[in-house]
Amino acid sequence: MLEVQNLQYQIGKQAILNDISVQFQPGLCHLIVGPNGSGKSTFIKIVSAEIEAYQGKVLYQGKDAKKITKQNLSQYRAVLSQHTELSFPMRVDEVVMLGRNPHFEIAPSKKDNQIVQDALDLLSLQNLAGRNYQTLSGGEKQRVQYARVLTQIWETPQEGLRYLFLDEPLNNLDVYYQQQFLSIAQSFINDATILIGVVHDINIAIRYAQQLYCFLNGKIVTQGLPETIVQPALLKQVFDIETSIMQHPQTGKPIIIF
Amino acid sequence: MAPKSSLFFIVLTALLIVMLLIAIAFGAVSILPSEMWSALKHGFTGKEPATIYESVFIQLRLPRVLLCAITGAILAVSGVLMQGLFRNPVVEPGLVGTSAGAAFGASIVFSLSPFMSPSFKSVLGPFMVPLFAFVGGLVATYLVYSIAKDKKHISILSLLLVGMAMNAIGLSGVGLMTYIARDPQARSITFWNLGTFSGANWFQVFVTGIMAVVCFWVAQRQAKKLNVLLLGDQEAGHLGVDVKKLKTNILILNTAMVSVATAFVGVIAFMGLIVPHVLRLLIGSDHKKLIPASILMGALLLTIADVGARLLLAPAELPIGIITSIVGAPLYIFLLKKFQLNQTN
Repeated sequence: MLEVQNLQYQIGKQAILNDISVQFQPGLCHLIVGPNGSGKSTFIKIVSAEIEAYQGKVLYQGKDAKKITKQNLSQYRAVLSQHTELSFPMRVDEVVMLGRNPHFEIAPSKKDNQIVQDALDLLSLQNLAGRNYQTLSGGEKQRVQYARVLTQIWETPQEGLRYLFLDEPLNNLDVYYQQQFLSIAQSFINDATILIGVVHDINIAIRYAQQLYCFLNGKIVTQGLPETIVQPALLKQVFDIETSIMQHPQTGKPIIIF
Repeated sequence: MAPKSSLFFIVLTALLIVMLLIAIAFGAVSILPSEMWSALKHGFTGKEPATIYESVFIQLRLPRVLLCAITGAILAVSGVLMQGLFRNPVVEPGLVGTSAGAAFGASIVFSLSPFMSPSFKSVLGPFMVPLFAFVGGLVATYLVYSIAKDKKHISILSLLLVGMAMNAIGLSGVGLMTYIARDPQARSITFWNLGTFSGANWFQVFVTGIMAVVCFWVAQRQAKKLNVLLLGDQEAGHLGVDVKKLKTNILILNTAMVSVATAFVGVIAFMGLIVPHVLRLLIGSDHKKLIPASILMGALLLTIADVGARLLLAPAELPIGIITSIVGAPLYIFLLKKFQLNQTN
């Protein structure tokens, strides 16, 4: 379990996050939505242990995140950020291999190579494996980064959990790949995996989330099953928009019409 | 990939050996292989050199060629490290103030040593020059780095601009020192600005050589982390790299080896730009290969440049910095055009 206790964060006098306490259970797809500036991206940076100057506690299975060494953490916690550029030419498979770096001392093992190949397969990147990363499109780059992030925590740890954080991973992606990204995330989830993601498109979030969190002004306004919590009144409060809600003919989940 | 890159290393090593032999053989006087051999035999058995050619070989040519090769390797590795650190191909020690600061530090020793107390001088002895150079290089690099840094980010544009200002300060300092120098030994401003290997001796070879071996070894141990850093500070942090510590280590390492080399041979610009650029085109961006390859290629290219400096206007000698600048400056302009400078790090 990942537990957040009384989390407060401010930049100068500006409060970004305001007394958040929440628990994330393994085995579920936790997705966060909220308007710009609601603190959701900062929240991801704090729970993924990137930002450390906060008040309150972030507990990875009861252990204070500030007390876990970065090196140790990097073996079971991975983060996909918005976009990553390289200043130097590098092959796609080399970039993906960087994700295995926390697991080998000097040179990658056979197993590391195999994992990289599997990740390239999973994201249908085999035909790009030998290409220079710099020449790829924005969407292709994001898929390579996703493959890299997944290789970092490819194997379920023997004991303990693995943690995957997605910080608005769907920018630059076609609809097809947006769906692919989240289906892969879902297939990645098991009893030893905690997945927390920030997603911009609320309909996509509803479709894939098993727990949905609505952020507003540095607080979690509502959380729960998308089917139960998504109501026009909530959307009016959080996003300040008038909406109608329909039911998806196949999934039965709500669809928001703006 | 593996067989191709091992072939690359073999070819590079062979070229370097051939080039070193050429550099030893040719110069104001030519030295035959048989003379080299007998000079080495006499050297190792502790006898005096038999002929004037043998003593030219042992006392002048050999230290010069070795110092040149070591310096080339240092400057090239330094380019690789700094570019990896700033994730940008347009930085090198000559452009961010390190070399100019080191030159200033070293020139202080030459010009002010008549005024220093003998006991102070006797403690440090011949190590005073490299030590002052290191302090000068470190202060200059640190100042450039912290002035160019804006909150958490460092923009390459401001880094290069502040570096330019620091170069101006460092080289004016050198100018002042050579102007007030009373010591007949004081070296000319041309020496500091453009570099030369004409004063090479065995002491310099040993000091830079030991420094180079230690620094290359440490650098190679950071290669894996430098690879991860290519993704960016944030991502490197996610992959378990202590980015702040890595950056501090690399900057100190880099300053140490560049300063010591600069103390003995002056500022040689653009080597740190040329070698990494060529190598990235040939073998890619993996630092585990880039660092050893740049040792070889840096040594090779600077040896070629030094042979050129000695032979082009023989018996007169060109400052070596003129040759590296003729090749390096256009490449610098090309890289400036190609890469966006306003990106932050």
